Amino acid sequence: MASTADVSGLTELNGPPEQRSDDAHGYYTPAAQKLVDAKAPTGLIKDRWTTRKMDNRLVNPANRRKLDVIIVGTGLAGGAAAATLGEAGYNVKSFCYQDSPRRAHSIAAQGGINAAKNYKEDGDSTYRLFYDTVKGGDYRSRESNVYRLAEVSANIIDQCVAQGVPFARDYAGLLDNRSFGGVQVSRTFYARGQTGQQLLIGAYQAMERQVAEGTVTQFTRHEMLEVIVVDGTARGIIARDLVTGEIETHLADVVVLASGGYGNVFYLSTNAMGSNVTASWRAHRKGAYMANPCYTQIHPTCIPVSGDHQSKLTLMSESLRNDGRIWVPKNKEDCTKDPRDIPEEDRDYYLERIYPSFGNLVPRDIASRQAKNMCDEGRGVGPMVGDFRRGVYLDFADAIARLGEDAVREKYDNLFDMYERITGENPYQVPMRIYPAVHYVMGGLWVDYDLQSNIPGLFVTGEANFSDHGANRLGASALMQGLADGYFVLPNTIRDYLADGPFEQISESHPAVVEARTSVEERISKFLSIGGSRSADSFHKELGNIMWEYCGMERSEEGLRKAIDMIRELKAEFWSDLKVLGTADSLNQSLEKAGRVIDFIELGELMCIDALNRRESCGGHFRAESQTEDGEALRHDEEFAYVAAWEWGGDGGQPVLHKEDLIYTAIEMKQRSYK
Amino acid sequence: MNLTLKIWRQKDAQSAGAMQSYSVADISEDMSFLEMLDTLNEQLNEQGEEPIAFDHDCREGICGSCDLMIDGQAHGPEVTTTCQLHMRSFEDGQTITIEPWRANAFPVVKDLIVDRSAFDRIIQAGGYVSVNTGSAPEANSVPAPRDKAMRAFNVATCIGCGACVAACPNGSASLFLGAKITHLGELPQGQPERMGRVASMVAQHDHEGFGGCTNIGECTGACPKEIPLDVISQLNKDLRDSLRAGF
Ligand SMILES: Cc1cc2nc3c(=O)[nH]c(=O)nc-3n(C[C@H](O)[C@H](O)[C@H](O)COP(=O)(O)OP(=O)(O)OC[C@H]3O[C@@H](n4cnc5c(N)ncnc54)[C@H](O)[C@@H]3O)c2cc1C
Ligand code: SF4
Ligand code: FES
Repeated sequence: MASTADVSGLTELNGPPEQRSDDAHGYYTPAAQKLVDAKAPTGLIKDRWTTRKMDNRLVNPANRRKLDVIIVGTGLAGGAAAATLGEAGYNVKSFCYQDSPRRAHSIAAQGGINAAKNYKEDGDSTYRLFYDTVKGGDYRSRESNVYRLAEVSANIIDQCVAQGVPFARDYAGLLDNRSFGGVQVSRTFYARGQTGQQLLIGAYQAMERQVAEGTVTQFTRHEMLEVIVVDGTARGIIARDLVTGEIETHLADVVVLASGGYGNVFYLSTNAMGSNVTASWRAHRKGAYMANPCYTQIHPTCIPVSGDHQSKLTLMSESLRNDGRIWVPKNKEDCTKDPRDIPEEDRDYYLERIYPSFGNLVPRDIASRQAKNMCDEGRGVGPMVGDFRRGVYLDFADAIARLGEDAVREKYDNLFDMYERITGENPYQVPMRIYPAVHYVMGGLWVDYDLQSNIPGLFVTGEANFSDHGANRLGASALMQGLADGYFVLPNTIRDYLADGPFEQISESHPAVVEARTSVEERISKFLSIGGSRSADSFHKELGNIMWEYCGMERSEEGLRKAIDMIRELKAEFWSDLKVLGTADSLNQSLEKAGRVIDFIELGELMCIDALNRRESCGGHFRAESQTEDGEALRHDEEFAYVAAWEWGGDGGQPVLHKEDLIYTAIEMKQRSYK
Repeated sequence: MNLTLKIWRQKDAQSAGAMQSYSVADISEDMSFLEMLDTLNEQLNEQGEEPIAFDHDCREGICGSCDLMIDGQAHGPEVTTTCQLHMRSFEDGQTITIEPWRANAFPVVKDLIVDRSAFDRIIQAGGYVSVNTGSAPEANSVPAPRDKAMRAFNVATCIGCGACVAACPNGSASLFLGAKITHLGELPQGQPERMGRVASMVAQHDHEGFGGCTNIGECTGACPKEIPLDVISQLNKDLRDSLRAGF
C-alpha cells in the first residue's frame, strides 16, 4: 500500500502507455496528438486545488448579474451549482425535464455519502479517501481531480447539515456514520435509506430560495435538445417546452451540463425512466469529446427481472450484504426447489468460497460478475427469463438465527418491505433473490481540471462527466462528487472563465443559432413523418438486450463486433420504421422518447467501439480475452493507462480516438486483489 | 388477467375531458400499475391511437412524480405510490377507473398529468434555511437532539406527490406544508427563520387556491410516506405563535 509519504513524490511512476493490441482497428481513426489536461496545477497534490483557486481570476460583484449562466439539470450537481451561482449574483437559468427540480434522479440514491471527517478516529484522512477512490476505480481516474474531491468532501457535510438535512445522529446529537461498500473506515454519512432524497431536497430548497430572490429562473418540463456553438464557443441551448411543444432559444455566456448518467442505454437499469444521454450526446455531436463511454457500473444487489413487461430494475441497498449470505444450489437439479428444502451441504456460498477474506463483501464488480457466472453455469434461481434463471439467493436465515428477527427487522425493514411489495415473497421466510443490474456510468463527457469540456464555455458536472471514478465507482462517492462539483468546484472554476466577460452579444438570427434551431425542428418533424410500425420503446428494448448481452458485465472481441453490426442495423430500422403518433405542438411523450432512443442507439455503438478498443479487464469492464489463470480481471497498465476520449466523426464517419495519459505521482499503481 | 380500464382523456388544459374505456389482456400480477399502462400504450400505438400521457420517473416510490387517482383513491387501494402498486392488488375481470389528481390548485395539463408547480412556489415562499454555500459552521458544532432529528427525518420523507391534496375534500395542502414546517422546525438550524417561514408559506398556500384544513384526515390515510396528521397541529401552533409575534 502506498504510504502518505508518497504524497510528496513527483516522479512519473508509469511512463506514457503504448498500445500494442488494437481490436478496434478499422472502427476508428487515431488522433495525431495526445490530449492533455492543461489546467491542473503541478506540484504537491495536496496543494493543487489551493493553487488553482488562488490563480483563478475574480469577477466583480457588480458585473456578475450581467453574466448569464445556463445549467441543464437540477440533480445534486446542477441544483447545488444553481443555488451557489445564484447566491454569488450571476444570472442563472436552470432546466430540467421533470415537473419540479426536486424530482431529479439523485433523489433515488439510498446508501449514503462519503466524507473524510474522521469523526470515528479510525484512521481516515483526505489522503485515505483519495487512495481508496483511485484504487477502487482500478487506477483509471485522474488523480488531481480525485484528490480535490476528497479534499472538499468534509465541507459538503457542513453545508448540508446547515441546510437542515436530517442525517442520522447518535444519542449525543452528533452525526453518525457507517462503513460502506467494502471500505475499512466509517466515513459514510446517511439518512436511513434515503440519503439522496434528503441531500437533493437540501440543494433544491437552496435553489428555490434563489428563485424567490430572482437570481435563478427555473424552466421545468423543458428538454435541452441542442447546444449552440458560436465560433467554437458554447453560447446557449435550444430547448423544447414539453407542454406546449414550443422550440425555444436560450442564449448565455456559459453553459453547464449537469444532466446525469446514461445507464438507461441498457433499457433495464436502476436509473429513473427519464434519465438519458441527449444533452451529452448533442454536445458530443457538436464537438465535445465523450470519454470512456464503455465504463458501466453494475450493482450486485437488485431485484431480478420477472418478465418481458419489466420497465426498470430496483436496487436493494448494498448494506444488505453486511448480514445476508449469498449462495446458489450446488446441483442444477435443485434450482427449481424451494430453497428451504435444500440442505446446507448442497448449497454453494460461492463468494465465501472464492474470496475467503472478503466473502460476501467483495466490491461490486466482483460480486456482480460471479453472480452472472453462477447463472450462466445454469445454477441460477427464480423464474426462467429467456434461456436461464437470473437470480441468486441472498439469505438472512443465519442473521435471523444469530440476531433475532426483530434486530434484522430494525436494520432492514423498509428494504424487506420493498422487496415483498415488488416480488410478492416474504424475505423473512424465503431467501431473497438478487441479480446484478446496470446502475451508474463512469464514462461521460471529457473535462479538464476546471470541469470544462474541450468546447470552451461548456462545463460538465456530476455523473455527466468522466473524471473522478475511473473504471469502477465505490459506494457513496457519486453523491459526494455531485455536491463537490456543484457547491465547491464549479463555482470556483467557472469564475475564471467568466472573468473574460463581458462577452460579445449574440442575436437569435446568428447563423449558428439558426442552424441549431433548424436542426432540432427538422429532427422532430422527421420522427413524426416516418410513419412506420414500431414504437420508440420497442427499439429501446432491443438496444438494451444487445448492450446487456455483448457490452455488459463480460465483453469479448467477437461479441462486440457482432453488437456493432446489430446496432447499425437497428439504427437503419429506426429511421425507416419508427412510429410516433400525435403532434409536435403539444405534450407528446412518444416524441420525447424517440429523440432519447436514437441518441442512445448512437451512443451504444460508440460504447461497443470503446469496449472493443480496450483489451483489458478493469473495474466493471471484464474483457474475456484478459484474465488471470484463475479467471480474475487482468489490467494492462503499460498499454491502457489512458483516458479514451472520442471525437464525433460525423454521420456515417468514424470516431476519432484521443488519448490522455493517466499519470500518477502520489499513488502507485497496483493490481487489485481481494482474494 | 383481463381488465377494463376507464381512463380520463383530455387533450390539453383548455379542452374538455371525458372518460374512455379500454381493455387490456394477459396482464401479469407481477406488473406494476404503470407497467400495465405501458402495455396499454404499446397497444394503443399499434392501433394508431395516441398513447395516454401520465407522469412517472423513478418507478421506485421516491421521486413523487406518479400520481393517479385509481377507483377514487389517490395512488390506488394500497398505501404506496402508484409506481409501487402491483397488479396482484386487483382481480381478473375487474373494471378500474383512472383519473388525474383533482384539485383547484393542480390544473390538468393533459390526460392524467396535472401541474403541481404550486408546491415549488410554496417552498420558494420560505421552505429553506438561508445559508449560503461556504458559510456553514463545522457540522458537529451544532448538535441536534436525537429524538428531534428522528422526528425531522420522519416528516422530511415527504416526496411532494400531492396525494394528500387529491384525497382532501377541501383540496388542502396542509399535510405537505405541515411536513416541511415540522422538518425545519424540529432542527436547531431551522430556528432563526421559524416564525417568518410559517407565515409566508401559509400565505402562499392560500394564494395558490388550496383549501383550508378541517381536520378530516383523509390526507394522512392516502400519504404513501405516512406523514402523521400531527404535523398539521404543529403547523397551526407555529402559525399562531408567528401571528402573536407580529409576522
Ligand atoms: C437507485 C440508485 C441508488 C444510488 N445510490 C447511491 C448512493 O447511495 N450513494 C452515491 O453516492 N450514489 C448513489 N447513486 C448514484 C447517484 O445517485 C447519481 O450518480 C447522482 O445522483 C447523479 O447526480 P447528477 O446531479 O449528476 O444527475 P441527476 O440527479 O441524474 O440529474 C440529472 C438532471 O438533468 C436533467 N436533464 C437530463 N437531461 C436533460 C435534458 N436533455 N434537458 C433538460 N434537463 C435534462 C434532469 O431533469 C435532472 O434534473 C445511486 C443511483 C441509483 C440509480
Ligand atoms: S405529505 Fe404525503 S401525500 Fe402529501 S405530498 Fe407529501 S408524501 Fe405526498
Ligand atoms: S415514479 Fe417516482 S414515485 Fe412513482
